[in-house]
Amino acid sequence: MKRSFGERLFDGSNVVLMLLLSAVTLYPFLYVLIASISDPAWVVKMRGLIWYPHGFSLDSYKLVFDNPAILTGYGNTLLYVVAGTALNILMTSLGAYALSRQSVKWKNPVMFMIVFTMFFNGGLIPTYLLINNLGMLDSRWALIIPSAMSAYNLIIMRTAFQSVPISLEESAKLDGANDFTVLFRIILPLSMPVVAVMILFYGVSHWNSWFNALIYLRTRELYPLQLILREILITNSTDSMMTGVGGADKMPIGETIKYAAIIVATVPILLLYPFLQKYFVKGVMIGAVKG
Amino acid sequence: MSLMLKQRSAAEKPAVDKNGWKYGTLRDLRINKYIYIMLVPVVAYYVLFYYVPMYGLQIAFKDYSPGLGMWGSDWVGFRYFNDFFNSYYFWRLLRNTLLLSFYELLFGFPASIILALLLNELRSSRLKRFVQTVTYMPHFISLVVVAGMLVDFLARDGLINNVLSWFGAEPVAFLRESGWFRTIFISSNVWQSVGWGSIIYLSAMSGIDPSLYEASRVDGASRWRQTLSVTLPGIMPTVVILLILQIGHFMSVGTDKILLLYNSSTYETADVIGTFVYRKGILESNFSYSSAVGLFNALINFTLLVLANAISRRTSENKLW
Repeated sequence: MKRSFGERLFDGSNVVLMLLLSAVTLYPFLYVLIASISDPAWVVKMRGLIWYPHGFSLDSYKLVFDNPAILTGYGNTLLYVVAGTALNILMTSLGAYALSRQSVKWKNPVMFMIVFTMFFNGGLIPTYLLINNLGMLDSRWALIIPSAMSAYNLIIMRTAFQSVPISLEESAKLDGANDFTVLFRIILPLSMPVVAVMILFYGVSHWNSWFNALIYLRTRELYPLQLILREILITNSTDSMMTGVGGADKMPIGETIKYAAIIVATVPILLLYPFLQKYFVKGVMIGAVKG
Repeated sequence: MSLMLKQRSAAEKPAVDKNGWKYGTLRDLRINKYIYIMLVPVVAYYVLFYYVPMYGLQIAFKDYSPGLGMWGSDWVGFRYFNDFFNSYYFWRLLRNTLLLSFYELLFGFPASIILALLLNELRSSRLKRFVQTVTYMPHFISLVVVAGMLVDFLARDGLINNVLSWFGAEPVAFLRESGWFRTIFISSNVWQSVGWGSIIYLSAMSGIDPSLYEASRVDGASRWRQTLSVTLPGIMPTVVILLILQIGHFMSVGTDKILLLYNSSTYETADVIGTFVYRKGILESNFSYSSAVGLFNALINFTLLVLANAISRRTSENKLW
């Protein structure tokens, strides 16, 4: 089929526009990456865009990894991600299975009760007072238990469970399986793509979460990485990290520590992302269309 | 074995059956006992962490003091609501919340649709995949990192000012100027969410029957015409549902991102109800006042959602419930 001049003009501009958009999205990360491995003195003097590192130096990474706050933050975040996501998957699977079975009488009222919380809830202060009354304030539990599941993800998982052929469940039940066996031995293994999506969604939200830690935690030793990062990036207090650095070098390296910290906090997510990307498009699709 | 079969078929019957409510419930509990055991932790979680705080909202009408507790504190009626409505902050907070939400709806919402339409028109599927992969990525970056990059790039001696200075512009401390806050907030939101938002529209587009395109081509429709007459109507139900959902979050616009980005010199345009609740409640421990403000916000939000759903129901048959 021959394309008219107008069409070719549109196709050409569209390609250019899409490439521009990709550049605008990627460049900030490229900038941060390049600046983090460049010579700190050069980064501070440098004006404008950069395209390649100047004077290779890993000093800022060394300071980041020597810093006790960052290391405990990293450890805490790993703990919150692993424990939190495990609980999320367990709770969401139980709820999604129970609410995906046709025969359960109280299914719809329970579903309504859960979905209603997506649109109306007690809000910040009553929830804070509850956490306080439960004695979870300033404890690791506050970052794991109150976010044990999300209604949105429950809907995604329930929809996926509904698509598993009912005959498999029936034959397992004829063999004497109960609902727990059906869920863990049949439904979950057959729903691995959606489990992968859930791990990505929940895992990323735990990894990136900072607001709950800000309101519920007081003790610095419990802080997740994002709160430490907030101190470095937003409140600009890199001084505590540079105890071993001499006066004149402080300013430049304070700048590159920020970039190194961004890279260190972001790379794990970006490594996970390509492996799970093929699944999550499906997940978003199911969730939003049926939700 | 035959017993199992019988139970199964009994369970398949509709929940409210002719045998009467009580008998049905008991039988349901017996047949589905494992399922109800599974539901116990789930329901307990939602009751404890969502419904107990809703009940706790009563402190908005009480003079809550931690010593007396929720029960012992005295009722004060609408005093805290009146205090808020009459305070200097009320109109500023309302204006900022509504404006940021409105601009988000005006620029952020259509951006994903436009990106999806443009991606759909790309002829090279490799380029399409590449652009998608790249534009999804910022969705996975933490708000702290995004805000940190903004603080760095928008500083007086930061990247943006350096680039602008090539064109002779004077350096601006963007994040200290209240006039710039909305622009920065909205454009960085679009940057972070446009790709992710387009996923759902692209999948809606892939669900459109290809014969519709063929038929419109036979009728001589141009690609622009096909977009208007086939693609857009095809994704319209998705657009409407997402619009209703977005309106359901109208009053809770980006509180945690604003907390990272604002400072006292930009309160004029940046302070929203959500950030005010955080400052008054968590930082200053004005629990009752702060709960009242939060409840006011939640009620407006919920009303908007119900209205949007009702309007959409009447006009387009698309609805959340």
